[in-house]
Amino acid sequence: MFNALRKLFVELALPALLFALLYIMSANSTNFYFPALSAVLKQFNLLWLGPRFAADVIPSLERLMAGYLLACIAGIAIGIPIGLYKPLRRALEPVLEFFRAIPPVAMIPLLIVNMGFGNSMKITVIVAGAIWPILLNTVEGVKAADHVLNETCQTYGIRGFARLRHFIVPSASPQIIVGMRLGLSIGIVLMVISEMFAALDGLGSAIIYFQRSYEIPQMWSGVMMLGLFGFSLSVLFRWFERWALHWYDGMRDLERHS
Amino acid sequence: MTACEIWKGILKLATQQHAMVAVDHLNKVYESKERRVEAIGDLSFEVNQGDFTCIVGPSGAGKTTLLKCLAGLLAPTRGSVRVNGHQVTEPPEEMAVVFQEYGRSLFPWKTVRENVELPLRERKIPKAEREKTVSDALKAVALDHVGESYPWQLSGGMQQRVAIARAVAYKPKVMVLDEPFAAVDAQTRADLEDLMLTLWSELGLTLIFVTHDIDEAVYLGQRVLVLSSSPTRILDDVSIDIPVPRSQATTRIDPQFATLRTRVYAGIQKAKKGA
Repeated sequence: MFNALRKLFVELALPALLFALLYIMSANSTNFYFPALSAVLKQFNLLWLGPRFAADVIPSLERLMAGYLLACIAGIAIGIPIGLYKPLRRALEPVLEFFRAIPPVAMIPLLIVNMGFGNSMKITVIVAGAIWPILLNTVEGVKAADHVLNETCQTYGIRGFARLRHFIVPSASPQIIVGMRLGLSIGIVLMVISEMFAALDGLGSAIIYFQRSYEIPQMWSGVMMLGLFGFSLSVLFRWFERWALHWYDGMRDLERHS
Repeated sequence: MTACEIWKGILKLATQQHAMVAVDHLNKVYESKERRVEAIGDLSFEVNQGDFTCIVGPSGAGKTTLLKCLAGLLAPTRGSVRVNGHQVTEPPEEMAVVFQEYGRSLFPWKTVRENVELPLRERKIPKAEREKTVSDALKAVALDHVGESYPWQLSGGMQQRVAIARAVAYKPKVMVLDEPFAAVDAQTRADLEDLMLTLWSELGLTLIFVTHDIDEAVYLGQRVLVLSSSPTRILDDVSIDIPVPRSQATTRIDPQFATLRTRVYAGIQKAKKGA
């Protein structure tokens, strides 16, 4: 109990200090572009704890989740066979590396022309960016499957779908989850950018709107909301990671202490 | 065809029926672009049902290659392996394998129980029966109290017992073990050896136990096959007529034990010199 409190204190000390410093130092700000934190907080309270949450944060979250989940499913589903079969890997790897090197942002104008301003364009952009780290990490994870465990599966008749479910996917999961973490942050960036290009709602669209109409404290409050948005998702992701990889973390802790 | 040949044929047929594992002129060559390595020269032997056979040989004697051919994990270059009368082309259903690397043959994301249970699930055995089989197998290796733990939370010897429990629960006719106790300490090793003897006498299994330890082979086996260094042949086939039950305290000081041990040791020395 005491340890948990101390840990919480250590984790919160620096953010609180920075916040307080910024609050005091910006209190008498006359700079138009860097207003007082109190003004930003007032807007934050008015906008993001008010109507803008449902109007902008929820649509952003929906787009991100749709794109991100699609990227996870497709990345893992395509990555597994590539990781399992060497000839397939040889044939596909150069192409995959090429596509990965193209920033999906570069395709936004093209996608707008083809798909319009709607959600499908934004979801496509998110998928196109977030899928690569997931896919490539899945390939690496599957490739590294232990050969003794593989022989164990063979001798005990664990094959086909059962082999994927009980052996291949769990053994690659630490690496897959690394890819999913990278994919999530890429997904958030692409969500914002695609909304800045073309959208009627969403966090990115709100921030660019305030910027263009010179409502600077409102814009900063949007940036703050975006920070909290990303932070909350990363906390949720950490929970998921701990749940999914509890065996892996336990095993590594034990190895470290022995 | 002479009467003698016919008689030989009948004898062969009769012995084949009793042989649980029959290795016939097995040869294995690893070939790559750069080189050609003949791991197994020419091996023929039979293991009868219910026998405890130990296979010893110097390191690099192709023991693991032989085991993989037996288990259907490697295809022989020439010759054949038959298990329970069927030619081995894929891992036979009536065989369970215990690997040397216990730490890498158990699924770290599954608990001890789940590890033992998984092969049974794939056999579509009903849940109630499965649970009983798993409990019995864990009891047989005295690990029924750690069913909910993860393998990596256990000591090396306990992990290898989990692997043995998984093999037992699979209810095989033949159990093949590849240097299973090579990585555990001496005391644990003695306990595990006695566990193998108990399981063998209780379950009526056919056991093939590969080891590089001469004492272990003589202590456990009813028969010890001594392999040459590669390309592998059989140098000696020693029948171990030390009475059962055996015990760590008395068997190892039995004069017969010493005689047999010396014979196997001489075989290994010969093998090392490249005989």
